[in-house]
Amino acid sequence: MRERIELRTAPHIVQGNSVERIMLHVVLALLPIAGFSVWQYGISAMALILTVTLTCVATERLMNHLMGTPNSLTDWSATITGLLLALTLPPAFPLWMAVIAAIAAIVLGKFLFGGIGNNIFNPALVGRAFVQAAFPVSISTWAPAFSSHRFSEFIPTTLTLPLMTPPDISVWAKQALDGFTGATPLARWKFENVLATPHDFLTGAVTASAGETSAILILLGGLYLAARRFLDWRIPVAVLLSAALTAWAFQLYNPVRFPDPLFVMLSGGLLIGAIFMATDMATSPVTPKGVWIYGALIGVVTVIIRYFGGLTEGVMYAILIGNALAPLIDQVTRPRVFGEIKVKKS
Amino acid sequence: MNFLPFFRRKTFARGIHPAGNKSTAGMPIRRMPFAPRMILPLAQHIGKPAVPIVRPGEEVVRGQPIARADGLMSLPLHAPADGVIEAIELKPSARGPWVNAIVLRVYEASTQEVRWATPPDVDALTPQEIVAAIQAAGIAGMGGAAFPAHVKLTPPKGTVIDTLIINGAECEPFLTCDHRVMLEYPQDVIRGIQLAMRACGAPRAIIGIEDNKLDAVEMLNRHAPADGRIRAEAVATKYPQGAAETLIYALTGREVPIGARSSAVGVLMNNVMTMAYIGRLIPAGEGVIERVVTVAGPSVVRPGNYLVSLGTPMRSLIEYAGAQGNEKQIILGGPMMGEAVASLDVPIVKGASGVLVMPEREIARRVYPCIKCGECVSVCPKGLNPSMLGMLAARREYDVMAEQFFIGECFECGSCSYVCPSHIPLVQQFRVAKGILKERAAA
Repeated sequence: MRERIELRTAPHIVQGNSVERIMLHVVLALLPIAGFSVWQYGISAMALILTVTLTCVATERLMNHLMGTPNSLTDWSATITGLLLALTLPPAFPLWMAVIAAIAAIVLGKFLFGGIGNNIFNPALVGRAFVQAAFPVSISTWAPAFSSHRFSEFIPTTLTLPLMTPPDISVWAKQALDGFTGATPLARWKFENVLATPHDFLTGAVTASAGETSAILILLGGLYLAARRFLDWRIPVAVLLSAALTAWAFQLYNPVRFPDPLFVMLSGGLLIGAIFMATDMATSPVTPKGVWIYGALIGVVTVIIRYFGGLTEGVMYAILIGNALAPLIDQVTRPRVFGEIKVKKS
Repeated sequence: MNFLPFFRRKTFARGIHPAGNKSTAGMPIRRMPFAPRMILPLAQHIGKPAVPIVRPGEEVVRGQPIARADGLMSLPLHAPADGVIEAIELKPSARGPWVNAIVLRVYEASTQEVRWATPPDVDALTPQEIVAAIQAAGIAGMGGAAFPAHVKLTPPKGTVIDTLIINGAECEPFLTCDHRVMLEYPQDVIRGIQLAMRACGAPRAIIGIEDNKLDAVEMLNRHAPADGRIRAEAVATKYPQGAAETLIYALTGREVPIGARSSAVGVLMNNVMTMAYIGRLIPAGEGVIERVVTVAGPSVVRPGNYLVSLGTPMRSLIEYAGAQGNEKQIILGGPMMGEAVASLDVPIVKGASGVLVMPEREIARRVYPCIKCGECVSVCPKGLNPSMLGMLAARREYDVMAEQFFIGECFECGSCSYVCPSHIPLVQQFRVAKGILKERAAA
C-alpha cells in the first residue's frame, strides 16, 4: 500500500462533460452549414468564413494576453462566434468589414464583460449589430447563389480594399445569374409581395446569408446537439412555436397582407437564430419556466419587427432583446425550492 | 415486458443517474479478520464524545463497554475484540482533524464470540426502555451521518408519527452493503423495524428500496409480518433517492417544509442497516462492535462486502482486500458524499458504509467560468440554483446566498458538481459558505 494518497472533496465521480466538449460539438454541427455555404457561393464564402473565424480566434488570444486571462482558445467558443458571425453575414460582404465585425464580436460582445460565461449578449450578434449600424449598404447587398464562376472568381465586393467603399455589384450579379434581383425572400415579401416557397428554402434556391439557405442542415445540426444534450431543445422549440403562432394569428387577421407561418419559420435567420444563437448558454435563462418565456419572447418580437419595423429581418434584435432580459426572466421565474410551502399551523 | 411500473415509479423531481458500479451486489458478506490494532474514536457519532471508562493497560473482552455516553446526545463504545488498551490519544479522523481515540491492541487469540451481553426480555420493554437499550448498544445511523439512533427514534414532544420510513435506497454508486444486509439478514431488519415502531409509536413502516434491488424488496416483503404494517416498496433508481427529503416525498408524497424536521410531516426516517443492528443487538443485549462495509473501487483487488470490526484502520483493511498499486485516493463512504481520508490510520467507524480505493483521475479537469448552461439547476433535488449560488460564493456574498437563495437547504448531495461542465467545485464552495454562515450565526 502506497502512503501517498490524495485529498479531494466529494463528489469523487463526475459525469465527464466539459465546456470544451459541448463547444466542440457545436462547431461540428456548424461545419456542414459552412460547407453548404461554400458550395453555394464559392471562394467568396470560403474567404469570408475563414477570415471571420480566424480574426475571432486571433482577437480572443490577443485579449487573453492583454487582460492576463488564461488561454481560452481551447474552449472553442471563439471559433463558434466566428462561424456563427460568418454565417449571418451576406456572402458578398467585404472582408475588411468582416474583420471589424469579428473584432467587435470578441471585444465588445465578450471581453468587455469578462470573457466566456460573463457576456450578456451573444457575441456573434453583437458583431453583426455593429456592422449593421456601421455598413448598412454592404450588409444588405446580396450576391447570387450558384453563379457559374463561383469557384474561380471572387464576388467583386469581397476583396474591397480596407476603408474603401465596395463597388456596385448589381450589373455583375445580373450577368452571373439571370433574373437576379438582389433581394432576400423577406425583402421580396415586404417590398414586392412575392413569397418564396418552402421548396426554395430547403434547396437553398434563395438569396440570403448562409445561415438562411440551409434549413435542412441547420435542423439536422440542432437535432444532433439536442439529442446529445449539448443544447436546450426547449429554446428553439419555444422560439419557432411562438413565431409560428404569432404569424398564424396575423394571417387569420389579414390573409392578404401577412404570409403563412411556414414562410415565417423558414425565412430569414429564424432557424439558425433559434437553434444556434438563442440557445447560447451564457446569454439565455437557466430556469425551466424562464427558457420557455425567453424563447416565446424572441419568436414574437421577431415577427413584430419583420411585419412592422423598418428592417426586413428581426431575429438579431429579437435575440439581443431576449439576451438583455434573460437575467430578469431568471429572477422572476425562480423555481419553488423543495419544501417552500406554507406550514399549516395546527 | 411490463412497462406500467416505469410510468408510475415512485420518485422525486430532478436528480442524476450516475453509473451504478454495483458489481459487489452479488458478493455475500464475509468476515474480515481482526486488525492487530484497533483505533476507536470517542466521537463516532454526531453529538458529545463518549467518556472512556478504561485505562491504558487494562484488559478487555470482546463486547465489553469501554466508554460511556455523555448525556442524551451521546453514545457508548464497546471493545471490538479481546485485547489490551494501549493508549487513549489523538488519532487522525476521516474529516481531517485529530480526535481522541482509544487504541486497542488485539490479542492474537481473540475469539469471535461476544463475551459481554445482558439480554433483556424484549417483549416486555416499554418504548422508553427500547430507546434506552438502543443508546446502551451504542447504535448510530449506519447510512453515513451517524446520528444517534435512539435520538432519531424519539419524536419531538407534541408530534405524532404515523409512518416510519426505512431507507434501503442505497443510491450511492459502488455501495451494496445495505443490499446485502437486506438479502442476508431480513429477519434482523424486520425485528429492528418492529422495535423501532414500538419506540416511536409509528403504526406503519415503509422500506424504500431503489428498483435496481427488487430482490431485496421481495425478500423483505416475504419476511414482513402478515398484518401489513411493514412493507417494502420499490422507488426509482436515481440519485439522491436515499436522502431524507427525497425518499419521504417519493414514498408518501409529503414535502418536509424548509427548516423543519421530517417529524413535522409525521415521519421519522432511519437507515436499513441501523434497523438490522437494532433487531440483532437489542434482543441479544450486546453493543455494536462491527458493521458491514462495502470495499470497492477500480483499484481494489478483492472487492466485496465485509463484516469489519469497528476500529479497523484503512491500512489493515486495504492490506486484506488488496490494492492494485495505482491507488491514489481512499474514500470513506460513497463516491458522491464520502470523505477522502488523509491518513491510512483512519479507522472504520459506525457511520462508514464503504471504503473505495480509487485510481488517479485520467484527465486534469480545467475549471472554466460558469457558462450558465443550467445543468445544475435541472438536477438539484432541492430546486436550488447552484449556478447563482456558485457565483455568489465566489464573491463571498454569503448572506445573499442564505437569504435569497436558500443555501441552508443544500444537503451537499453533489449532483451539481457532478454535472457541471465548467468543473466548478460547487459543493465545496457551498460547504465553505455554510460553515462561515454558521460561524457568523454563532458569533
